[in-house]
Amino acid sequence: MSIFVDETTRVVYQGLTGSQGRYYGLLNRDYGTQVVAGTNPRKAGTDVDGVPVFANVGDAVEATGATASCIFIPAPGVHDAVIEAAEGGVEFIVAITEGVPAHDEARFYNLLKRDFPGVRMLGPNCPGIISPGRCNIGITAGHIALAGGPVGIVSRSGTLTYQALYELKEKGIGCTTCVGIGGDPVPGTTFIDCLEAFEADPDTKAVMMIGEIGGSAEEAAAAFIRDHMTKPVSAYVAGVTAPPGKKMGHAGAIVSGGKGTADAKMEALREAGVKVGLNPTEAGELMVEIVAEL
Amino acid sequence: MDLFEYQGKQFFAGYGMPISPGEVAFTVDEAVAAAERLGTPVMVKAQVHTGGRGKAGGVKFAETIDDVREHAGNILGLDISGHVVGRVWIEQASDIAEEYYASFTLDRSAKKHLGMLSVEGGVEIEAVADENPDAIAKIWVDPVDGLDEATTRDWVAAAGLPEAAVEGAVDILGMLYESYVDGDADLVEINPLILTEDGRVHVLDAKVTLDDNSVFRHESYAEFDGTQTRDERETAAHAKGLQYVGLDGSVGVIANGAGLAMSTVDVVNQVGGSPANFLDIGGGANADVMAGALEVINNDPSVRSIFINIFGGITRGDEVANGIVEALRRVAIGSPIVIRLDGTNADEGRRILDAHLSESLQMAPTMLEAARMAVALADAGEGAEA
Repeated sequence: MSIFVDETTRVVYQGLTGSQGRYYGLLNRDYGTQVVAGTNPRKAGTDVDGVPVFANVGDAVEATGATASCIFIPAPGVHDAVIEAAEGGVEFIVAITEGVPAHDEARFYNLLKRDFPGVRMLGPNCPGIISPGRCNIGITAGHIALAGGPVGIVSRSGTLTYQALYELKEKGIGCTTCVGIGGDPVPGTTFIDCLEAFEADPDTKAVMMIGEIGGSAEEAAAAFIRDHMTKPVSAYVAGVTAPPGKKMGHAGAIVSGGKGTADAKMEALREAGVKVGLNPTEAGELMVEIVAEL
Repeated sequence: MDLFEYQGKQFFAGYGMPISPGEVAFTVDEAVAAAERLGTPVMVKAQVHTGGRGKAGGVKFAETIDDVREHAGNILGLDISGHVVGRVWIEQASDIAEEYYASFTLDRSAKKHLGMLSVEGGVEIEAVADENPDAIAKIWVDPVDGLDEATTRDWVAAAGLPEAAVEGAVDILGMLYESYVDGDADLVEINPLILTEDGRVHVLDAKVTLDDNSVFRHESYAEFDGTQTRDERETAAHAKGLQYVGLDGSVGVIANGAGLAMSTVDVVNQVGGSPANFLDIGGGANADVMAGALEVINNDPSVRSIFINIFGGITRGDEVANGIVEALRRVAIGSPIVIRLDGTNADEGRRILDAHLSESLQMAPTMLEAARMAVALADAGEGAEA
C-alpha cells in the first residue's frame, strides 16, 4: 500500500506544454505513472508525445478520468491553476512551482478548505510525491527509491528527501510513499496529514521525517506523534546553525523572534519519543536500526 | 524584503493612512535643510533594518536647528546592532497623548492572517506578549473573507482603546489590512500608533516586510531591492541570482538544494568548523551556476577551504562532475576544495573527478568525512597565515 497516490492515480499536467512540464511529465510517464492529459487553453486538441492536451482541467477530467493534477505553471498563474484544478474535479493537486506569493497560498488553502473539502493539495514549492514502483508525480528521480516498504518519508526539503531515499535504498530498505510537503509558509499538506496517513497505512511500519527551521510544523507534528502514533519515527531537522532573521533558501525557512529554531524542534520531537539524528546520515542510520528491530 | 521606516510610511500613505510630513537625509546638511523646510521641532530618526533604535541613541527629539545638526551628526554613522546608519528621517514632531500597537502577519500554524492590537504601544510587542499577554487583542482573518468594518470595531473594543480613538483606529486598521493584502506584505506593523493631544489617531512608526515572491505584480518594489542590507558577498551572489547568506566562518559551502545547503552548514559546525556562508545552487548544478558560485566564494577573503556537497537526482552525477571541472577551468580558485558527490550516477561522476584530483581538489565519500577534511584544510590555512 501507499498513501495519497498509487498505480490507479490518473494525472493531468497543468503546464505540460512548457519545458519543465514536458520534461518531468514525460519522465513521470516513463516511470510508470498514468500521465493521461495536459492542459493549455491555447493548445487544446494537440498532444505532447502522445499525451492529449485539453483547454482546462475540467475538460481533461471529463475526457480521461484524471484524478490528480500536477502543476508546472509559473508562479503568477499558480493561484488560478489550483482553483481550476479543484473546480475541474480532481481530488489531489500537486504544485511543484517555486516562488508563489504567500498571500496566494493562504488564499487558495482556505478556499479549498471551504469549497472543496475533499481535495488534497500538496505544495507549492515541493518535489512532489512518489509511491515507488507505482506512481511518481513531480521531480524526484524515480530510480533512487526502492519500492515496497516498510518506511514512509515526509519532508520539507527536496534534496534531503532524495538523500534519504537513496541511503535507505543503499541499505536495501524500501519506501511505501515519500511525500515532499515543500518549503513554503503555507503548505497544502502538513507533516500531520502525512503522519496520520502513514499511521493508517498497513504497509508503512516506520516513518522518517525531515524538517527544517521556521514556523512550528515540527512541534505540531511532535505533539501528534506523542498522542496518536504507534509506529516508530526517526527525524532530522536542518538549520541548527542558521542565523536568525535570514531566509535559508526556502521562503519558509527563517528563524524569527527567537521562534522556529531547529533546537526547539528537535527537543519537541525527542520528547515525543522520536529518534532524532544530528545530520541526514545519522537519521538514516537510526532508521536502519528501527527497521532492524521491526 | 525589509523597508526602512520612511519607505514603510510612504507605503502606508499610499493606502490613505495619516503620517507626519518628513524628509529623508543622507548628510547633516541635508538633515538641517529638511528641518528648516519642515519647521522645528522635529524628530531625527535613524533608518536601519533592525529594532532597538531608541535604546541605541538612534531616535532624538530636536527642538532647534542646532539640535538637528548635533543629533544628525551623532546618528549618521552610528552602529546599531551591526547596522551602520546611512540615512536619517526628519519628521515633524507629534504631541503624543497615548501609544498603541497594531500589526498584521501570517499565522503559519492557523494558516490565516493574524491581526494584533494593543493599548500597550511604543514598547517591544514581544515584551508585552511575555509579561501581559491579555493586553494584546488578536483576530484571525480568513484570507477568502477578508476583514469587514464590524469585525474591526469588535476588535478595537476588545483591545480596550478609548472612545476618542475608536473611529480613527477603525479607519486605520482597515487601511492597514488593505495595505497588507494588496501590497503582498509578510508583516505590516505600526508601533506606536498614537492618539495625539488634539484627538487624531496617527501612524508614528512603520515596520513593513514585503514578500520577495510578489515582485512580479509590484513593479515599484524594484527600488526597495536596492536598499536591502547586504554585505559585499551577498550583493555579488544576489546579482548572480544565487541563494546566498553570509556567515562569519572560514569554510565556503556550496550545495544543491536549500535543505542540503542548510544541512551542510550544520555538519561543518558539528565537526568543529565554521562555515563562511550558506549557498544553494539549486537542482541543476551546471557549469555556469557552479562557476558563479565558486566566484562568489573565491572573493570572500575569510574563506580558507571550500566544501562542495552535491546530491545527484534528476541531474546526474556525471553531468555535475563535468560542470565542476568546467567551472574550475574558468575560475582560478584560491582555496583547497573538498567535493562530496552522491546519488544518481555518482560513480561515473567520481571517475570524471578522479582525473583532476590534487592537493587542492580532494574528494570524500560521505558528507561527514568531507566536512572533516574541509575543516582540517581551513584550520591548516589559518595556521599557515598566522
